[in-house]
Amino acid sequence: MFVAIIFALIILGSIIFHFWSPWWWTPVASNWGNIDDTIILSFWVTGAVFVAVCLFMSYCVWRYRYQPDRKAEYKPEDKKLEFRLTWLTALGVAALLAPGLVVWNKFITVPENAMKIEVVAYQWGWNYRLPGDDGVLGKTSVGLISDDNPYGLDSNDPNSKDDILVMDADLHLKINQPVKVELRSLDVLHNFYVPQFRAKMDTLPGIITYYWFIPEKKGEYEILCAEYCGTGHYAMRGFVKVDDEKDYLNWLAKQISFEKMLAKNKLEKDLLVAEKN
Amino acid sequence: MSKKELNIFKLLSQKPWEPSQAIIDDQHDGKTLASSKAKLGVRTVMIVSTVIFSLFIVSYSDRMLVHDWKSLSEPWLLWINTAILILTSFVFYKAKIYSEQNHFEKAKNSLLFVGFLSFAFITGQLLVWQHFIGIGQYASTNPANAFFYLFTALHGLHLLGGLFFWGKATTKIFKENFNVSKTKQAVELCATYWHFLLIIWLILFGLMIAT
Amino acid sequence: MSDEHTDNKIETKSADSSSGGYAPPAEKIPVQEAPDQELYHAKSFWTKWVFCQDAKVIGVQYALTATAIGMIGLVLSWGMRLQLGFPETFSFLGPATYYQSVTMHGMIMVIYLLTALFLGGFGNYLIPLMVGARDMVFPYVNMVSYWMFLVAVLVLIASFFVPGGPTGAGWTLYPPQAILPGTPGSEMGIVLMLISLSLFVIGFTMGGLNYVITVLQSRTRGMTLMRMPLTIWGIFTATVLALLAFPALFVACIMMTLDNLLGTSFFMPEIFSMGEKLEYGGGSPILFQHLFWFFGHPEVYIVALPAFGIVSDLISVHARRNIFGYRMMVWAIVIIGALSFIVWAHHMYVSGMNPWFGFFFATTTLIIAVPTAIKVYNWVLTLWRGNIHLTIPMLFSLGFIVTFVNGGITGLFLGNVIVDVPLSDTYFVVAHFHMVMGIAPLMVVFGAIYHWYPLITGRHLNQTLGKIHFWITFVGAYAIYFPMHYLGFIGVPRRYFEMYDSPYMASGVGLNQFITVAALIVGFTQILFLYNLFTSWYKGEKSERNPWKANSLEWHTPDYPPTHGNFGKELPVVYRWPYDFSVPGSDKEYIPQDVPPSQVPTAKAETT
Repeated sequence: MFVAIIFALIILGSIIFHFWSPWWWTPVASNWGNIDDTIILSFWVTGAVFVAVCLFMSYCVWRYRYQPDRKAEYKPEDKKLEFRLTWLTALGVAALLAPGLVVWNKFITVPENAMKIEVVAYQWGWNYRLPGDDGVLGKTSVGLISDDNPYGLDSNDPNSKDDILVMDADLHLKINQPVKVELRSLDVLHNFYVPQFRAKMDTLPGIITYYWFIPEKKGEYEILCAEYCGTGHYAMRGFVKVDDEKDYLNWLAKQISFEKMLAKNKLEKDLLVAEKN
Repeated sequence: MSKKELNIFKLLSQKPWEPSQAIIDDQHDGKTLASSKAKLGVRTVMIVSTVIFSLFIVSYSDRMLVHDWKSLSEPWLLWINTAILILTSFVFYKAKIYSEQNHFEKAKNSLLFVGFLSFAFITGQLLVWQHFIGIGQYASTNPANAFFYLFTALHGLHLLGGLFFWGKATTKIFKENFNVSKTKQAVELCATYWHFLLIIWLILFGLMIAT
Repeated sequence: MSDEHTDNKIETKSADSSSGGYAPPAEKIPVQEAPDQELYHAKSFWTKWVFCQDAKVIGVQYALTATAIGMIGLVLSWGMRLQLGFPETFSFLGPATYYQSVTMHGMIMVIYLLTALFLGGFGNYLIPLMVGARDMVFPYVNMVSYWMFLVAVLVLIASFFVPGGPTGAGWTLYPPQAILPGTPGSEMGIVLMLISLSLFVIGFTMGGLNYVITVLQSRTRGMTLMRMPLTIWGIFTATVLALLAFPALFVACIMMTLDNLLGTSFFMPEIFSMGEKLEYGGGSPILFQHLFWFFGHPEVYIVALPAFGIVSDLISVHARRNIFGYRMMVWAIVIIGALSFIVWAHHMYVSGMNPWFGFFFATTTLIIAVPTAIKVYNWVLTLWRGNIHLTIPMLFSLGFIVTFVNGGITGLFLGNVIVDVPLSDTYFVVAHFHMVMGIAPLMVVFGAIYHWYPLITGRHLNQTLGKIHFWITFVGAYAIYFPMHYLGFIGVPRRYFEMYDSPYMASGVGLNQFITVAALIVGFTQILFLYNLFTSWYKGEKSERNPWKANSLEWHTPDYPPTHGNFGKELPVVYRWPYDFSVPGSDKEYIPQDVPPSQVPTAKAETT
């Protein structure tokens, strides 16, 4: 009797915790609210099954507790019931899968007007690169990385000259501007994750991965690396700041382009040589 | 041993609680398959090895497509080793036939020859390694090299494992009163394993040559 | 003629299926037509208790070794939880040691505890007994398999003591970080781990050979596949999976070892690490992930399927009712086993693999939920109209149902590819796999130990301690992992050494503290269980033969506990499936498998 009650209480407690505990996701700040909707749907479908199965189990434990004069039923199978339960389950599973795949399809279909932004991950920090006015990111290669050229940009590529280099852990984005994040890693796997944007993807050395989203709320959002990358994994942080147009352009104006950086480096070198002589 | 009817769907659709089924089941001798345990053991090992080599081949094929692939040069010794392995399988086949026909003296000779050939093969493979290392082609030099060393090492280790059981079968047959049926089975199973390793080698070798 | 047909007298006709009951054949069925298995008879202490070929002894050796290494895994988890719950107070763990604990805890628990315990421990002890064999088919190889396991464990422990310490690469050992200096143990620790795993695979292939072939070929007369208890179906299918899936781990380990020791680039692309470009190039980290998870996903079913099989038998025996839907249960085990090979990339949705794979693997992953759900329904329906004894094995079985349904359901969240995008690599995943793979199978392990301890030792475990053990473990473990899912919803990533410097994650402080306290309570309760396990061996209440009144063959050996050779002079003959409880028309409340129909009062026949 008590056993059944305790089990039932655990189920009830779980429901209460779900609806009334303070721990829940932060409101979504991007266009991926439909991921949240899919999760809510999953909660209803699976929650119903969890509650039904466990409460039914608790009921059986109480109703069919041992009595010396009780004779258990002998029923090796019930084809009709099993058939029905199978189809019901399949239906429930389809109800979860179908909307999920629809949203996934949207996730992997990048809109035409998405601005490409490169995120460079390394042990243990983030750098960024914007395409500049030509809208195209220049080619890079690991072999070209040096102190003067931390991104490994190919200076022979005409597209690379106007690329804007953000050698800072914080990235600014313009509100309501679709963004395609092109992810690159210099060393090991990382993952560029901002919980409020919901989207994420691993960064890999050797290939470029991507995802897209539209920041829809102004604010400051923390970046959390979400793929284990060594002892500094937990400290690999930064911020994404979503600005309105004015603030964004202000920030942009303060950033340096590849061309300018090359020029600056050359100037510094020339000065050093001049000093020596 | 009675022929076994093996249809998984039929087997798993039986209703064991039905009295009509119970009558049939009571006569069951407790075996699902018609082969001996030793044969099933060797077959299982071959299946596991097939999975291992298949996965390596998949990795090889995947890696082969990357632009920096450089094929390995083919030392003629590899062809000789391949020929040795083919010969070994043939001799083992003969050994099996002889032992089945109770020509144990001939079987003994064939088994010794098989052992000699197998060790010759392994020595030959090691010589190929020595050759490559001599010309500076290490495992780390390029991926084709890495896979070559990997394939030959794993194949060679499988052969060494087989030689352990070859040793057991051969010492058995040289004893005074050896168990005839057990020895025949041992020879047959070793021969099967050797044929299996030959096929694996032909596939690996063919793959490496073709790319 | 017509009179006979209207006659209501019940006639017993021999072998007449239409009447439902059947009379046994006139002479007793001969036991075995093939020669009985020759067994090695141990003479010295060493060959009787140490280098023993008896599968029962080997099973206990596996179980004790797995438990010992599991305790180390448990203590490592205490260190992790102290750091996560109270980082200021318990600052003895730095990030490197933390990640080493995370890695070793994970690898130990999944491979060296759960897999070894279910297959090597329970498999070895129960398979020959339940199928009616005297021992495994290759007892010598079986013995060697245990010693290989022990060597693998010792190599793993050795990695704690080498320069640099054990690997801290996470139990998933992803390259490139696993062999680069940013990760602890990337020089020697990882090599020992990879060697240990390779040895484990080789040893388990030797054992797996035995389990599979014994089940297929060494059953006693009358024991068809469909008359086997579900315990055997679960362990058997899991072993088939192990034989096919462990090679993938082996392949991945060998290639990573070569990348580390010889500088090959199987998994290593061009890398600029710590200020310099490395010699590697052209390799693919995703290839490792495919290989690892091609092993890794069947691995979780290698742990789960034996649990499914065992819990079916525990529920059936302690509810005094036949398992509901036996055929579907067998089919479900087989289908889950087969499907488990085509779902692996649901661990890789955000790995950067081709996004179109997401559609395929999400579909197969959610399909696998259907046979699994059917099993859950059937367990609960076995309770329906049963006569339930709330014994400790039954309590653990009920605990299994609750935790498994919970954990399985969160799997549906993660399997749905788009839902996995925000939740992957967060505490939602950690909560999911602990609930479904840690707690639920562990409930079955405990239930099984309380159930079969009398068979192995002839004594009962202390029931009071057992009930305390159950309630604290079940409620406590649920309290640990259920709330943890919500940390994942907030977005707290896994494998974080600390998180409270971030105002965003600081909201999880209270929850982390609660979870740590619960974890420590549950952890210490296991010491109570171990105390019970060891003291009951010599002063536990003596158990009568077949105390749970079960039908399967392991309880019906001439000696209790069973001795070498299991069944005495003659092997048993099986006349029925193991679920004849309260068979209609018979007064017997249970009919063991080796009882011929002639010894059961013939009855008014009822067919189902």
